[in-house]
Amino acid sequence: MELKANLPPGPLHTAWERHRFDLKLVNPANKRRYQIIVVGSGLAGASAAASLGELGYNVRCFCYQDSPRRAHSIAAQGGINAAKNYQNDGDSVQRLFYDTIKGGDFRARERNVYRLAQISNHIIDQCAAQGVPFAREYGGQLANRSFGGAQVSRTFYARGQTGQQLLLGAYQALSRQIAAGQVKMFPRTEMLDLVVVDGRACGIVTRDLVSGAIETHAADAVILATGGYGNVFYLSTNAKGCNVTATWRAHKRGAGFANPCFTQIHPTCIPVTGDHQSKLTLMSESLRNDGRVWVPLRAGDRRPPGQIPEAERDYYLERRYPSFGNLVPRDVASRASKAVCDENRGVGPSGRGVFLDFSDAISRQGEAVVRERYGNLFDMYERITAENPYKVPMRIYPAVHYTMGGLWVDYNLMSTIPGLFVLGEANFSDHGANRLGASALMQGLADGYFVIPYTIGSYLAGSRAGSASTDNPQFGAAKAQVRERSNRLLARKGKRTATSFHRELGKLLWENCGMARTAEGLKQALARIPELREQFWREVLVPGGQEELNQSLETAGRVGDFLEFAELLCRDALLREESCGGHFREEYQTPDGEARRDDAHFAHVAVWEHRGEGQEPVRHTEPLSFENVHLAQRSYK
Amino acid sequence: MNLVLMVWRQENARAQGHMQRIEAKDISPDMSFLEMLDVVNERLTVAGQSPITFDHDCREGICGSCGVVINGVPHGPQPGTTTCQLHMRHFRDGQVIVIEPFRARAFPVIRDLMVDRSAFDRAIAAGGFITSPTGSAPDGNAILVSKGAADAAMDAAACIGCGACVAACPNASAMLFVGAKVSHLGLLPQGQPERWSRVHAMVAAMDAEGFGGCTNFLECAAVCPKNVSPDFIGRLNRDLIGAVFLARPRAATTDAG
Repeated sequence: MELKANLPPGPLHTAWERHRFDLKLVNPANKRRYQIIVVGSGLAGASAAASLGELGYNVRCFCYQDSPRRAHSIAAQGGINAAKNYQNDGDSVQRLFYDTIKGGDFRARERNVYRLAQISNHIIDQCAAQGVPFAREYGGQLANRSFGGAQVSRTFYARGQTGQQLLLGAYQALSRQIAAGQVKMFPRTEMLDLVVVDGRACGIVTRDLVSGAIETHAADAVILATGGYGNVFYLSTNAKGCNVTATWRAHKRGAGFANPCFTQIHPTCIPVTGDHQSKLTLMSESLRNDGRVWVPLRAGDRRPPGQIPEAERDYYLERRYPSFGNLVPRDVASRASKAVCDENRGVGPSGRGVFLDFSDAISRQGEAVVRERYGNLFDMYERITAENPYKVPMRIYPAVHYTMGGLWVDYNLMSTIPGLFVLGEANFSDHGANRLGASALMQGLADGYFVIPYTIGSYLAGSRAGSASTDNPQFGAAKAQVRERSNRLLARKGKRTATSFHRELGKLLWENCGMARTAEGLKQALARIPELREQFWREVLVPGGQEELNQSLETAGRVGDFLEFAELLCRDALLREESCGGHFREEYQTPDGEARRDDAHFAHVAVWEHRGEGQEPVRHTEPLSFENVHLAQRSYK
Repeated sequence: MNLVLMVWRQENARAQGHMQRIEAKDISPDMSFLEMLDVVNERLTVAGQSPITFDHDCREGICGSCGVVINGVPHGPQPGTTTCQLHMRHFRDGQVIVIEPFRARAFPVIRDLMVDRSAFDRAIAAGGFITSPTGSAPDGNAILVSKGAADAAMDAAACIGCGACVAACPNASAMLFVGAKVSHLGLLPQGQPERWSRVHAMVAAMDAEGFGGCTNFLECAAVCPKNVSPDFIGRLNRDLIGAVFLARPRAATTDAG
């Protein structure tokens, strides 16, 4: 597997500009001859499909939801970063670049991240022009707020629903292209395989989720914007339908999978209440602007929060990290919460929780101000827990939220399979080992609006339009394999539902490959996962048939892929013998419990190559070089 | 708690539907409504019966996928709450719960509680956007937006497109949905160039999809999980009148030169 990152040489701050000039163009009359498939309709997919449609390409866009507007980007709450420096507080492209590289614990490419910081400003312009109702100052200017991992205010937001508003902007741009006939939309359609002919990606196999029909689609290029794999843990903040199937299938067809062990545990989620729990709900990181995190000072103190006097409280983030306080990055905040709960100082019925307290903010600024900033989040908290966070502190605990790992891509966002591009959370590119808050929306839209429209043209210019056809036997073969797998799931008629296997897998991963990992625990998981997978294929019970709407079959197919992918995740975590960002190996920590990187041996991207069923995957590496930032132990003290 | 569910079952769009009685035992009050249905579905599956089909995804009240009629009310008894955020503590032990799909001519049933709401997507495609090709935008602060306008636009833009408004309306009207989008974009300076053509196109699309007219029952706003205000229907009507007097059809304003 060749890992050619295609990074433009020369000075960092002009690299993207020079690279854009060097990219080949497709003339307007020729664009309409090219067919492009976009899988996924979240921020990355919808913005890409809309922008490529505007350019004149023929686009087909697929999503499993009933409408492209429902992709899970819609649930992002807090905001989107940009280096506008509207606040005059010292921000710049260089600082956003530096914060993102440092926040990612020096495990991302400098050139990608610098480009992201440059593009960030165009995204805000684009979204404001589309009518995204960003929060405004009284003078009519765009408002900002602070977010974790930064000491400047650079986050743009639309109440606690920024993801929703940005996605609706992209969805509306996409809808305009659908009406214009430039994009054909395929809702309720799931991609189940990638078709590769002569080493190039040239189509996909899909299942129509209403009729059950398995179909093939050919194109000159395929874009995956299918999100992350957080649901491998069963409980996460992802939507129920989020899955690894599209990227995993592409991996099995030859696309390298990069850094699967880089998963993000978000510190502020509503704690688990019982075994029936189907998902976890995030409380936006923006709450840490005004909320103070604390637990009782004494272990086993079970008094209600109102009865614990100030002197017997431990505001542990403010104590351990005086300069960033409650706004330390997510990985640091999550681990600190786990540490105090491990000391039996956790709160709530399960003891796995900490307080997020707004009483200071309410007495300082008044309830009305807090309500205006976070009202919808407070309401949501109360609906789920039946507790009023204006009166009693919220209880929160970390939960799986985002995955920095994903399919490996070069600077042009192309995977190791020519013609297969990967955008947004589905790729591995910009966040290193930990993503900063309000950076996912930035990356998804950067990829879709401002990177892929340039880079895909350069690829297409070097290929003959319309050369792929579903008549090619590879399409028939892939389709037959998809059908055979579905039939195998349906034929088993065992005793256990796919969901029960998923829940068991999730528990196993959370315990052994969650917030703190050890070689021993990972080895245990690696021994158990193949057994569980074998049991799944022996005992799974999937009701209904293939040629009909069958939600149980959809779930079972996704769980089957998670059971394969989980092994790669643990393998990657075992072989990365260092702690960095969201990947914390207990063996590698500083005396005061912080992550200890090993730059001499692990300043690289780990890229996995699939070698066939039953064969060990091969670990390749892409070295990371840092010429513009100084590699340092990350400190937020 | 133990509950009795009366659930609408329908094999596919063409099949005849019926109510099925299902006992839901040992339900925790901490479960969400959809988690209760998950538990029921797991039990149905293991018992060799067909699980209940329903739309859902984010389960945090924002994607707009979920939505069923619970005891006659879209999204159930708690105001301002989607089905996925409704918790079982709002029901009492032994209660009979009637669960039906959103019903409207423009929302045909696909299976059980799942309906086809693609009519909403077509209404948006007709004009529910601001034409702003990628790359053509001026600086974000070049066009000032008053805080009042931005806040009011956000109130309208909070719509999640779930369709409860249509399901609650005796006329199955989509006026609240369309009014919210027309208002969101029409309140902002960026939305002014297409303001009149947008309202024309979206109302025409709404009519073509088979949604009914508005006769001011305001059931829509009563069930809206995002509390979108019925004032936006008034605004839609005013814009439509404005469009009739102020806007020439698109072709007449195009410079053919």
